[in-house]
Amino acid sequence: MEHEDKSRSGVATYIVEAFVALVLLGIGIVVVVESQRLGAGWTSDGPGSGYFPFLIGVLILIASVGILFQSLFTKAKSTEVFVDGEQLKRVLAVLIPAVVYVLAMVFIGIYIASAVYIALFMIILGKFSWIKSVIAALVVNALFFFMFEVWFKVPLFKGSLDPLAFLGY
Amino acid sequence: MDEISSLMQGFGVILTPMNIGLMFVGIILGVLIGVLPGLGGANGVAILLPLTFTMSPTSAIIMLSCLYWGALFGGAITSILFNIPGEPWSVATTFDGYPMAQKGEAGAALTAAFTSSFVGAFVAVVMITFLAPLVAKFALKFGSPEFFSVYLLTFCSFVGMGKGSPFKILASMALGFAFAAVGMDTVTGQLRLTFGQSELMRGFDFLIAVIGLFGIGEILISMEEGLEFNGKSAKIDPKVVLQTWKRLPKYWVTSIRSALVGIWMGITPGGATPASFMSYGLAKKMSKTGAKFGTGEIEGVVAPETAAHAAGTAALLPMLALGIPGSPTAAVLLGGLLIWGLQPGPLLFVEQKDFVWGLIASMYLGNLVGLIVVLSTVPLFASILRIPFSIIAPVIIVICAIGAYTVHNAMLDIWFMLGFGVMGYIFKKLDYPLAPLVLALVLGDKAEDSFRQSMLVSQGDVMVMFSNPLVGTITTLALILLFWPLISKGLALVLPRKVDELAAERPVD
Repeated sequence: MEHEDKSRSGVATYIVEAFVALVLLGIGIVVVVESQRLGAGWTSDGPGSGYFPFLIGVLILIASVGILFQSLFTKAKSTEVFVDGEQLKRVLAVLIPAVVYVLAMVFIGIYIASAVYIALFMIILGKFSWIKSVIAALVVNALFFFMFEVWFKVPLFKGSLDPLAFLGY
Repeated sequence: MDEISSLMQGFGVILTPMNIGLMFVGIILGVLIGVLPGLGGANGVAILLPLTFTMSPTSAIIMLSCLYWGALFGGAITSILFNIPGEPWSVATTFDGYPMAQKGEAGAALTAAFTSSFVGAFVAVVMITFLAPLVAKFALKFGSPEFFSVYLLTFCSFVGMGKGSPFKILASMALGFAFAAVGMDTVTGQLRLTFGQSELMRGFDFLIAVIGLFGIGEILISMEEGLEFNGKSAKIDPKVVLQTWKRLPKYWVTSIRSALVGIWMGITPGGATPASFMSYGLAKKMSKTGAKFGTGEIEGVVAPETAAHAAGTAALLPMLALGIPGSPTAAVLLGGLLIWGLQPGPLLFVEQKDFVWGLIASMYLGNLVGLIVVLSTVPLFASILRIPFSIIAPVIIVICAIGAYTVHNAMLDIWFMLGFGVMGYIFKKLDYPLAPLVLALVLGDKAEDSFRQSMLVSQGDVMVMFSNPLVGTITTLALILLFWPLISKGLALVLPRKVDELAAERPVD
């Protein structure tokens, strides 16, 4: 999975384009090599495990070389800015908290992490008063709790610390 | 008239209070999902799918397909009132829908959009009722080479009909197949592309990919634009509805033409967006008031909406009859069939009559219910978009995370979802189409199986794809579509070029 740090402000789209093509090229090579190892040829009982993935890997290679070429050497080359600083800031303002949120989930479970996440998101990014934010977060998560644990009986992740253990679900 | 009696039987199956209730729940949730940014038909169905594991397959498919109709209806609300197309195929609706709203005719535009959606869907369902059993019967004779050639046709038509760089379409599709290959090989049981990570043994679930690519990716895109919704308000009262309905019969030619365009394009994958644009273009060319299109002509709303819904509905035909979905949402529904223990494909019409005809009957009823629900509740749904994005965004991310977790009860899937979200954001910005990726991910194993079986039959000779007239024709058609970008360039050198004036607005999907 490619990462967002390559899209610094002012980077031209064709550079990102080429970078993604290179990542695809890398994936293609990995798939081809791995399929070769699994047996991309003909085994005693028919096509081997790597037979089909090998062809897919080749397709990825063809496509990535094509995209790389198109992004760097054709008239269609786009020199527009991929994301400017302001846009990147807005995207990261959602993405980084989302990563922290998922990380928090591992320890304190989905419900508590979600409530904290919604409340903080509203207070910090939405400039809501903290009372409104906390109430909204609690209402939304209570709703989820009843929907999943009580009505549909689909238990969600409670986290390694399980702070909601006292509820008995 | 076997179909009619089967259909009546289908109505018998679905007309229980429970199923009717689920129908309403599905439609209302669907409209909600269609209106909210970041939640579309495909990931709405993906998120709710785990909750249906305990239901009977028929009830589950009724709810989820109604969710799909609801989402299709919901897309029109945002297009007309907010000039924000909720789905790629509602882009063409904004051309005349938003100007109408600006002129104060929002109610008329919405009524026209919903009614034509209903007409388009209705014509397509009638087509499915009579054509799907025939196609399924025909497909019963298919062997693995035939099936593989149909898969090939499906994927090649993305390249032939898609917009943008053919290499990107190819890359997106191949990446989907590569993701599908991760995990246990269904034939030999060998682990593939897992690099010793036991967590990867399960492979990448397409539900996770759909939730990440369409849900998180969409939120990131919306966030980047710093969305503020400035919508027109709309009130629909019975008077406006009746007045608009009086105006609509005048455009019956446009409706029929658009429905046919939609059905034709909808059967091929990814067809709804080109269908809506093609139909809008045709209407503009053929209408007496064509020059006024774009300034708020009601006919400019009727044409794309009819076509988009006819296409969206027709996309279920190949899914039911062949087990090959025509759109990402149909792909998710197909995944649902597998999870509920049904084997999609032509045998479904023989072995699961209740299920198939229940679904088809629910399409008739669901669209009618949908029409009534949206006409009566538009102001409510429009007010949802006035909720600040800083409340909606975290709630949608939470819903996506919960949806991703419930698929396998695995935390790792939530991380994958975030990864797919970043990927979806970058791909969308670089105009990579996402539909081929999702379809490849869903169909990966089945396409591979049919390919391997074909190769086994022929002992590795690729010419098996031309071994009889049927498979040969499909394969040839597929290859023509695959090389269509080259062929059309060649043709353009010989023939005078037709200018596609709407090309710039059409999104890659």
